[in-house]
Amino acid sequence: MKRLRWGGTWLVTVFAVVGALVVGAVLIAIGDARTRDAATYFFTYPWDTFTEAGYAVRDAYVALVQGAVFNPNLSGTAALGPISETLVNATPLILTGLAVALSFRVGLFNIGAQGQIIAGAIVAAYVGFTFDLPVGLHLVVALVGGILGGTLWGGIVGWLKARTGAHEVITTIMLNYVAINLLTFLLGLEGFQRPPYGQAISESVAASARLPHLLGSSLRVHLGLLLALAAAVGVWWLFTRSTLGFRLRAVGANPDAARTAGMAVGRLQIAAMAMAGGLAGLAGASQVLGVTGSVTGSVAGTIGFDAITVALLGRNNPYGVIAAGLLFGGMRAGSVQMQSSTGVPVDLVGVLQALVVLFIAAPALVRAVFRLKPGGAKAVGSELAAGWTR
Amino acid sequence: MDPVSAQTPPVAVPDAVVVHERVEPVIGVRRRVVTGLLLVVVGLVTVLGWGFGSGTGDATFRFGGGAAIALPDLTVPGTTTPVLLGAVVLALGVFQLVRGFRLRRTPVLIGVTLACFVIAFLAWAMSGRDGGSIDVVQLLQSTVFLATPLILGALAGVLGERSGVVNVAIEGQMLTGAFAGALVATLAGSLGAGVVGAVLAGALVGWVLAVFAIRYQVNQVILGVVLNAAALGFTGWAYKALMQTNTERYNSPGVLEPLPIPGLADLPVVGPLLFRANVVVYLMYVLIVALQVVLFRTRWGLRTRAVGEHPKAAATVGIPVLRVRYVNVVVAGGMAGLAGAYLSIGTIGPFTENMSAGKGFIALAAVIFGRWSPKGAVGASLLFGFFAALQTLVGILPTPGAVPSSFLAMLPYLATIFAVAGFVGRVRPPAASGEPYP
Repeated sequence: MKRLRWGGTWLVTVFAVVGALVVGAVLIAIGDARTRDAATYFFTYPWDTFTEAGYAVRDAYVALVQGAVFNPNLSGTAALGPISETLVNATPLILTGLAVALSFRVGLFNIGAQGQIIAGAIVAAYVGFTFDLPVGLHLVVALVGGILGGTLWGGIVGWLKARTGAHEVITTIMLNYVAINLLTFLLGLEGFQRPPYGQAISESVAASARLPHLLGSSLRVHLGLLLALAAAVGVWWLFTRSTLGFRLRAVGANPDAARTAGMAVGRLQIAAMAMAGGLAGLAGASQVLGVTGSVTGSVAGTIGFDAITVALLGRNNPYGVIAAGLLFGGMRAGSVQMQSSTGVPVDLVGVLQALVVLFIAAPALVRAVFRLKPGGAKAVGSELAAGWTR
Repeated sequence: MDPVSAQTPPVAVPDAVVVHERVEPVIGVRRRVVTGLLLVVVGLVTVLGWGFGSGTGDATFRFGGGAAIALPDLTVPGTTTPVLLGAVVLALGVFQLVRGFRLRRTPVLIGVTLACFVIAFLAWAMSGRDGGSIDVVQLLQSTVFLATPLILGALAGVLGERSGVVNVAIEGQMLTGAFAGALVATLAGSLGAGVVGAVLAGALVGWVLAVFAIRYQVNQVILGVVLNAAALGFTGWAYKALMQTNTERYNSPGVLEPLPIPGLADLPVVGPLLFRANVVVYLMYVLIVALQVVLFRTRWGLRTRAVGEHPKAAATVGIPVLRVRYVNVVVAGGMAGLAGAYLSIGTIGPFTENMSAGKGFIALAAVIFGRWSPKGAVGASLLFGFFAALQTLVGILPTPGAVPSSFLAMLPYLATIFAVAGFVGRVRPPAASGEPYP
């Protein structure tokens, strides 16, 4: 039992993170000007190169942690700033990570979270700046609107898959571009664009539709975080406690068997994609109503793609998604501090993120590198259909 | 010794492949109706939107493009032309609804419909005032220009998938190629070295894809997504850490000059269109022909397709499945890297962050739209390139009404969705595409 755990999931995840940080350290050293200078006289004083590299790596990673968790130089409310930024970054990642994880569990690969976020953001923003409703109700209507926008965008994918067999990887990628172009179109449209029509930015959402801040107005963390956590619990409940969740898992495990057992596979696929889209749409709404207050072309950033890594690192388990979302959200938040105080570009975090997932996707590689015993860790993504057909 | 040709001349393995392709599938009634209705809608839009909604001016199509020998201009009435072309599409739609075209005529059907629609649209767009004109050759030139990276990327996708490896990492290979092209060209002071560097960098990413997909059997779509993220992060990091701090030393490669081919370059229309390009484009011509020939006329191509359709059968007759896949995926990576070279040193010179901007994903769409064949992939890429070119052109024409160019930009993506949904015919991927082989 103990041996199994040592070779198992957790250790592979830990070593994947360690491995990514090591590769990241090499990149930091290469990017550091002083290290490169020291390397020019490597054969005279080889140790200099290593000390300079050590300083660069230490400074960068310390700044990363300071920006994400705790900075001893800050006091009072500002001391909570890093944590607040981590949570702000984690909120959409958790919601969208759930969207991707949910569809993974049903055997569908949702690369379309990006488009679903945009669809949700568009509807939520539109409700937010056109409707005139009392405080509270306005927020609820805007959130529901965002969810419906995402549901529609995801539901189309499920419908196409169920009715025509169109592969969801392709349709989601294509719908991402359709969503971006739709947003570009709307951002040039009177009634959606903010006067004086110079910039591609939407009207501002009314105060009554904004998500309230959780820790005072100076910290950006907002109610969306609690919605994300609630959504995670909801997804957990769906998959472990409900009949619908059982059916969805059955379709994910073996669609043919599910069909033989009398389940409406097509309808379940549509339902799964619609729910996934709804979660991503909620993420878009939460960004607009909680963080930006308006829509721009970059409202989705790279959240939709980061969410795939979040879902994979969280192994498609709602609580795993929360943990992965917090980790990657923290890395995003910390990277800003890292860039401003040590000059290491924020993009380093993207590399780390990709490497972590690459390593956990190939447990055999991690085991070979760290000489772990073979164990129970399943390769990430093994629940998905391998090819285009099916 | 080659087991396939020695024992059973090209029968055993390809048989299963070829038979599938020769069968003329019975066209479903629903697909016939849906396709027919789509054509009728397109026809109505053409007649009502572009025909009766047009201005009074004439439309002039020019065929210059800077050729030494130019063709005369073609001036057509701005109203009658769209109406006539729309009528043609309507007729096609009605025929499809009533009788139904043979399935293998589908590409022709789509081609004619699109041509009618686009020409009608252009006539409408120029009819806003008298003297509206466009240079067709220039439009096609920018089509080729925008399609080149798509074609190279799509060829990479075709080669990978034909051998059974899904390559979603075309985007990452392009981006890495663009980066390496600019970096190597600057460091070596030679653009030729830059092109080689880009190809090698793309091949390197292809090799990583191959190792993880074939040896560690990681799900290939996930792998592609992850490699794209890694490439975006790595090139973004290197751009800021190296190139931005010292542009002179790391990111000032210069641009590949066009090399007009003597004689051919002076031909009207085709001269400026095809024979005044830089070395990457000429390499692309070679690759298009080479891939089509290699895949369908050589032993290696036969083996590649066998491995992509039925690896077990291929292994049974002695084809080294894994080696075929490794080689094809690495070579494909090199092609996508070449596409990247075109983006940086082939057009503007220096590398910029995320300069592939989703072109790899469009190339992936072109692979599927082109039904996993090199010819089809080229056609699909040209179509996508044409719509991108049209989008920029429409902005400067005196259109009688507003055309949201965002909707034009959506068309290729919507077309791909229709394609995979089966509205425009059967789309069948290589059977073992994405399946790891033990």
